[in-house]
Amino acid sequence: MDSSVAAALLLEEGHDVVAATMKLWGGAGDSGCCSVGDVDDARRVATRLGIDHHVFNFSEEFEEKVVAPYVAAHVLGRTPNPCIECNRHLKFRRFLDRAVRLGFEAVATGHHARIVNDGPDGPPRLLRGRDAAKDQSYVLSMLTVRELARVLLPVGELTKQEVRARATSLGLPTAEKPDSQEVCFVAAGPGQGPRRSFLGERIELHPGRLVDRASGSIVGAVAAVELVTVGQRRGLGFSPSGRRYALQVDAASATVTVGSEEDLLTEEVELTTRTWVKSPFPVGAVLLAQASAHGRPRPVRLTETGVRYLEGPGKRVAPGQTVALYAGDEVVGSGIAA
Amino acid sequence: MTDVRRDPIAYLDHAATTPMCAEAVAAMLPFLGDSYGNASGSHSVARAARRALDDARDLLAQLLGASPGEVVFTSGGTESDNLAVFGVADGPGAALCSAVEHPAVLKACLAVGGGVVAVDRRGVVDLDVLADLLDERVRLVSVMLVNNETGVRQPLESVVSLVRERAPGALVHTDAVQAFGWLDVAALTAGVDLVSVSAHKFGGPKGVGALVARDRAALRPISRGGPQERERRAGTQNVAGIVAMAAAAEATARGRDDAGRRVRELSTRLLGGILEAVPGVHEAVPRQDRIDAICNLGIEGVEAEELLVVLDELGVCASAGSACASGAMEPSHVLLAMGRTVEEAKRHVRLSLGHASTASDIDATLVSFPKAVERLRC
Repeated sequence: MDSSVAAALLLEEGHDVVAATMKLWGGAGDSGCCSVGDVDDARRVATRLGIDHHVFNFSEEFEEKVVAPYVAAHVLGRTPNPCIECNRHLKFRRFLDRAVRLGFEAVATGHHARIVNDGPDGPPRLLRGRDAAKDQSYVLSMLTVRELARVLLPVGELTKQEVRARATSLGLPTAEKPDSQEVCFVAAGPGQGPRRSFLGERIELHPGRLVDRASGSIVGAVAAVELVTVGQRRGLGFSPSGRRYALQVDAASATVTVGSEEDLLTEEVELTTRTWVKSPFPVGAVLLAQASAHGRPRPVRLTETGVRYLEGPGKRVAPGQTVALYAGDEVVGSGIAA
Repeated sequence: MTDVRRDPIAYLDHAATTPMCAEAVAAMLPFLGDSYGNASGSHSVARAARRALDDARDLLAQLLGASPGEVVFTSGGTESDNLAVFGVADGPGAALCSAVEHPAVLKACLAVGGGVVAVDRRGVVDLDVLADLLDERVRLVSVMLVNNETGVRQPLESVVSLVRERAPGALVHTDAVQAFGWLDVAALTAGVDLVSVSAHKFGGPKGVGALVARDRAALRPISRGGPQERERRAGTQNVAGIVAMAAAAEATARGRDDAGRRVRELSTRLLGGILEAVPGVHEAVPRQDRIDAICNLGIEGVEAEELLVVLDELGVCASAGSACASGAMEPSHVLLAMGRTVEEAKRHVRLSLGHASTASDIDATLVSFPKAVERLRC
């Protein structure tokens, strides 16, 4: 629905718009995300808007750049964010490059974030969407000015409610459609525990033991150590002092270190794969760090290796998760928790 | 054959479908109006429909070198192919088909537990492999006359002799859907037991086709219902479509030599022009091994998915590979079977000509094609 309204808004502004759907998953048979139904919906919206619609098959690249690394990371007990890797490698690289080759000046998506330019020649800046509750700048935090110069985010100025109202008033067939799932290819799996069944088909899942951080004793077990995420509390049981949280996952020894919520706190988060929207900020700079799509931004100071929490310790970030860095409402960079 | 189409677009996708010829449209119209009878009834309105159906059957039978009772009307190429496979073969090893068959044959063969016969780099079925695979379990061997993606011709006569020699109990089916417009199918399939054709590939309407099933080829029906088509295909006959198909077949057979010559000239100019103007282009199949109407080109450094978008924008309609349910393009199973890699297969486009192709289609393409490739390569 968001991308439908994005297309409609651009048409109203007088742009020459063509719609495209990336076919990333589901094979020839199709199911779940990128399903025949989704593509049909997109085609119908395009027809309604009077624009052409294309389907681009990037399923091989998606497998290579998103799904395979996602699976491989779980083997190591890490918890990657495939949406961000898809945005990094597919939507804003493969797709954007294709659009440019095909002669288009920009790619527009339905993300709730804003791109503003300071003056006609100033570099583009990436800001949070107007609707704080729907803000999606986090999943775009790996973009740089190179991509942003060719990206438009028309719905970022609207609230979700306004977007829905526009879709309804335009009579778009997607007006009633629920928001897309977080991990499309996993959510597409059947039955209970889609991540478990998805990963279970691709890798061997190993039972693991829960080791208490303080006592060093074994306090329980999990069915699959690969599926435990740092910070998780579900399924880990209780200690006499309260809930248990996963503090560390060591897939090689099939061990999950558990402790209290307090044990989960840390002073620093080490970051790899660092990106900067425009140019690197110096060590010591004070920024805001956000470790999940709708997580609370926390003030941090940049260090040589990552960020150090200011105003007291913060929660550990699960290895593999992206940390978006903001200056106020502006995205300035990103990194992946080591 | 008289053409109906007149528009500014350069349509080079006749292998996907070709416009209806005027003869077929004229033949069809009465059956969309006053002649509305169900051919299975017993009153005057039904009898009129029955007569038209009988005439169409006689005509098509003659054009396909069959007796009228051997013609089974279907809803098109896919149903004809499915009927041939499911109607004859079941059980592991009961069916064999070439690796480059249309999915209507290939998937049906795999569904009954059949095997696939490898092809060479030109896409021609490997007769040695076929010989090795033929045994007493085989009930059906299906090898197409002309491939829909590359235009390559298959050595059907050799296939027939091999099957008769090695597996005398087996029937031979051929998908002649792409062949009928260009080749004398009656002569080429004289020794074949089952032959599929589809009306919309030779100037007839979509949704109608036929399967020739020789008297010696007993068919199990694949749908249950009325006794139409001698209990080989249940369901009220599509009289309008069948009549139009017969008219299109007649016009096609009558004009085949002329159309063939014309398309040969057009295709020579098209291919020559592209090869001269665009470096890094090669034919998937050498010309002597294929029909003139279908030309499959590999283009270095360009993805077909992108080339088709730009060509479309420039008014040239072409195609590539096969589309999956969502409309996304899948790497061609035909090119993969011919030993091309996925990357290579994704760089191939198909340009196909038809009875309605004109010199201006070629002129327009020779302007647009090099432009499109150049734009995508830079």
